[in-house]
Amino acid sequence: MTRRVSAKSATSRRGATKVRPGGALSFMGYRRENGRVGVRNHVIALPVDDLSNAACEAVANNIKGVLAIPHSYGRLQFGADLELHFRTMIGTGTNPNVAAVVVIGIEPGWTKRIVDGIRASGKPCEGFAIEGNGDLQTIAAASRKAKEFLQKASEAQRELCKAEDLWVAVKCGESDTTSGLAANPTVGNFIDKVDAVGMTTCFGETSELTGAEQVCASRAANDKVRKKFLKTWSDYNDMILANKTNDLSDSQPTKGNIAGGLTTIEEKAFGNLEKIGRKARFVDVLDDGETPAQGPGLYFMNTSSAAAECVTLQAAAGFAVHLFPTGQGNVIGNPIIPVIKLTGNPRTVRLMSEHIDLDVSDILRGKMNFHKAGDALIEITMRVANGRLTCAEALGHREYTLTKLYRSA
Amino acid sequence: MGPQFLVHNSADTVGVVVVEDVRKGQSLTGLVMDSEDSVTLKALDDIPLGHKIALKKIKNNETVVKYGHDIGRAVAPIALGRHVHVHNVKTKRW
Repeated sequence: MTRRVSAKSATSRRGATKVRPGGALSFMGYRRENGRVGVRNHVIALPVDDLSNAACEAVANNIKGVLAIPHSYGRLQFGADLELHFRTMIGTGTNPNVAAVVVIGIEPGWTKRIVDGIRASGKPCEGFAIEGNGDLQTIAAASRKAKEFLQKASEAQRELCKAEDLWVAVKCGESDTTSGLAANPTVGNFIDKVDAVGMTTCFGETSELTGAEQVCASRAANDKVRKKFLKTWSDYNDMILANKTNDLSDSQPTKGNIAGGLTTIEEKAFGNLEKIGRKARFVDVLDDGETPAQGPGLYFMNTSSAAAECVTLQAAAGFAVHLFPTGQGNVIGNPIIPVIKLTGNPRTVRLMSEHIDLDVSDILRGKMNFHKAGDALIEITMRVANGRLTCAEALGHREYTLTKLYRSA
Repeated sequence: MGPQFLVHNSADTVGVVVVEDVRKGQSLTGLVMDSEDSVTLKALDDIPLGHKIALKKIKNNETVVKYGHDIGRAVAPIALGRHVHVHNVKTKRW
């Protein structure tokens, strides 16, 4: 009954959103210099390194509406880990939800590298270095530029955009068995429908496909992608095997997963995989934070399964909206992209309603099928794309967490 | 009234309780989602919302099946209707 497709399921139309699942979808977005479309219009103060967080926060305090994005790293990194740091910083600044960027670093070299990377997209971006100037002079100069950027951004107008202009990432968190029964297959239904109309989408969580990796591999678009996926999964699993001190039953599944009824990583993996639907095939395997380059379609990204790390990487790759199904009630948000939460767990709906953008618990009651739930998710996604604030945005959740590959020098 | 437990796949040996406060001794009605068949059984334990119930007798070391796939192995004999979780099932991977 829950899998039966109802042909007469209601189609929703609100405001500027036109939702015809399997047909045309449109929304009002901000078209950026490089052609990508954003759904938010942030001006950000981006630190190159941990030492520059204070100056960025001071700029955001001076210029109302500028958003500082503090983080913990950016010093003495090297090799692939340093490249990932630059990719994440440049990707965050380049994300189409960002109108303009003020970059502040302790020294000018790496600051310029990030500024040049962001400017390559055509976006307004200016860099400031603290050494030789001190915090106060740097904050004054950066604040003047941030004010100019903010006032200019405030004049940007939304324009009519199509489904293929919207990039949507997915990741689940604090999952339980209701995730695999309701919220994740709702996301899967969304993916199948938007894949058919040329949207660009992304899933990740490499370690959390363990047990279902062969089934996931069978969803690759071709043999080359299938092999690339299995190599990526296998390398990640080898890292876990090399570092583990027990069967990971204290961390993967998490304590919250176990409280919610999930017993093993295999069970969690099959529930996780429900997010990619039944039909869509992934067209490429992306490195952490790497921007899709094979055109529209579903992408797999090699990421940690920790919520903020994964969402931060997907945002750095250019995804503008995030769908986050939860079971026990993960509260994550992101500073630059709206994170839409859905749950099928009636207890979570009752106890944590302020965090839930879409309630699909009727699936468990046999009163809602996946087709109807998927349509409801398309509708709320397009409303959020049009500007509706998510629960996480309203509650001020701005988790920005960098992925680190190994220790700094 | 809706189902009290759901089963993903006809091949599954466990179902998921989808209502709160299932008590030991309670008769439950479940729905198998792929076949739309109805199943009834008696719970032998209190089982919280989201936790699994055994749909058949599962032997020690036997593979537990959910989503039609292997989700781990039993580390104790499990009777039909018992609570199935970390106390009697473990991963085969890590």
